[in-house]
Amino acid sequence: MPIIEVEELSREFQVMEPAGRFRRRKKTVHAVRGIDFIVEPGEAVGYIGANGAGKSTTIKMLTGVLVPSSGRVSVCGFNPVPQRKALARKIGVVFGQRSQLWWDLPLQDSYPILGAMHRMPEADWKPRFQELAGQMDLGEFLTTPVRQLSLGQRMRGEVAAALLHRPELIILDEPTIGLDMISKEKLRQFLDAERRENGTTLLLTTHDMSDIQRLCQRVLVVDDGAIAYDGPLTGLADVAGAVRTMVVDLAAPVHSADLLSLPDGAVHQGIEAEGIRHSVSFDPRKLSAATVLAAISSTAEVADLSLHEPDIEHLVRQLYGSARL
Amino acid sequence: MASPRALRSGAGRDPHAPVTNLVLLKLLVSARLRSQLAYRGSFLSDVAGQILLGLTEFVELYAIVHNVSSFGGMTFAQTLLVFGLASVAFALGDLLLGETDSMSETIRSGKLEVLLVRPLPVLLQLATSDFQLRRVGRLIFALAALAAALLFADIAWDPAKVVLALITPLAGAAIFCALFLGAGAMQFWILDGRQFANAFTYGGRYVASMPGAALFFPIQIFFTFVIPATLVAYAPSLVILGLDGPAGIPAWTGWLGLPAAVVLSGLMLLLWRAAIKKYTGAGG
Repeated sequence: MPIIEVEELSREFQVMEPAGRFRRRKKTVHAVRGIDFIVEPGEAVGYIGANGAGKSTTIKMLTGVLVPSSGRVSVCGFNPVPQRKALARKIGVVFGQRSQLWWDLPLQDSYPILGAMHRMPEADWKPRFQELAGQMDLGEFLTTPVRQLSLGQRMRGEVAAALLHRPELIILDEPTIGLDMISKEKLRQFLDAERRENGTTLLLTTHDMSDIQRLCQRVLVVDDGAIAYDGPLTGLADVAGAVRTMVVDLAAPVHSADLLSLPDGAVHQGIEAEGIRHSVSFDPRKLSAATVLAAISSTAEVADLSLHEPDIEHLVRQLYGSARL
Repeated sequence: MASPRALRSGAGRDPHAPVTNLVLLKLLVSARLRSQLAYRGSFLSDVAGQILLGLTEFVELYAIVHNVSSFGGMTFAQTLLVFGLASVAFALGDLLLGETDSMSETIRSGKLEVLLVRPLPVLLQLATSDFQLRRVGRLIFALAALAAALLFADIAWDPAKVVLALITPLAGAAIFCALFLGAGAMQFWILDGRQFANAFTYGGRYVASMPGAALFFPIQIFFTFVIPATLVAYAPSLVILGLDGPAGIPAWTGWLGLPAAVVLSGLMLLLWRAAIKKYTGAGG
């Protein structure tokens, strides 16, 4: 049985907008319009889309915070809003921007309370907590008040809190936002291991392409309230024509793009810093970064380089651009 | 009530004991208390501030009674009884549900969503997450005022009056809890409704702590039969002191505190449920 089933799900909001100096007019905003998808247990799904595309609204409908205007939604076999409390025992939710921990207390004090909320006896929550604390390296800051934790530490604490009751499904809303590379990587490794070992279904929204690359076999792209793409990430890059960009700093200035030799398919994008910095874009499916670098090195000495992955916003824009044309 | 077994599991002796409501409640409240003690300096100054606030209200009352010798037909000690009963009731209500006052912040900051994805009623989480210990300062002062009033007002005690004196602070607390709850619920519709809501809670306290006879007649009716503020302290005080009430607040209303608390709490709970439904878009 699927863990999430969404059929023809829509949500609209009534907002008031100014009409004239004093009058206001009711306006209907369609945040989500007729989306369908199914998530099977153990899947890892990235739910992506631009700001205001309808991601949060969908998540609220899945977690029982918001009633759909129409359509059907079933999560872990429950109808989320009427069965909100029963559902809460089966799912874990992490809102990247809001804390569910007790702000003024040492981190470790939140877990007994959350365990009790989920009616877990100590013999049940404690070993699970120790397991999570071990995997997430919470040890060194367990006695620090939550308000004094760094964002990365706090996020690890938040994810541990959401997983304490061994939920079947964990929903993460922007879990890696604002984290440094090391914290991001730790979190991803942990989530991946959690899914592999315990079969926990993963649904996350993110703006970070590497989150999806590392964690999700499947991507749902939502745009303007509708599902624009549902499939593997590689497919998304195919549809959207993802390009990577290589930025090289040369040892000596080269003032014209023509003087730099580039392989077929690589496009020179621009020169900065008086001929020192050049950026080159290429399709990663046709060319490797090594090929591009080798070609450039054959004509000029490369002092430094960086690679830029296509970001999700860009991919989605590309996808939509091509779908609409 | 508290079974010895539940208490023991709360102390963590039997790790396999099921989590009872009592254990959960103790955990929630103790977490809240520890949170507040985390800022010792600010906590102590809060407690002191709350006592000072109570004292100011008392001085205000004293200034009036001292100059007019009889305030709404009451002597100073009798006025103090009204003040003490109202203050105890308000302090208890504020202690339990005072933070529904800032419901609009809870909604705006998204904190409400965190509460909604937990397997507990939102109201229980709010009551325990905002159990403001510093408000104990107000309660201490209120109890002192009440004790002094009971001592100095000449009361011809009989069993019925003793019962009434015991019920009254609790019924009053329930009335204020209901008012706070209503104030919180209101903010789901009026997002900037905090000031408006305060008119009922803090305004209710102001009316409750003064002799109702001093009020304008229609106001007497309003604050007795619509917002039952005078039923919190003044009306029961009339019965306890053996006085006759003004036209809008006859002495028999002294016994209406408890029924009013039950009715008002029921209504406000319904309003609260409607408010949560409104937020999730499930109704209305």
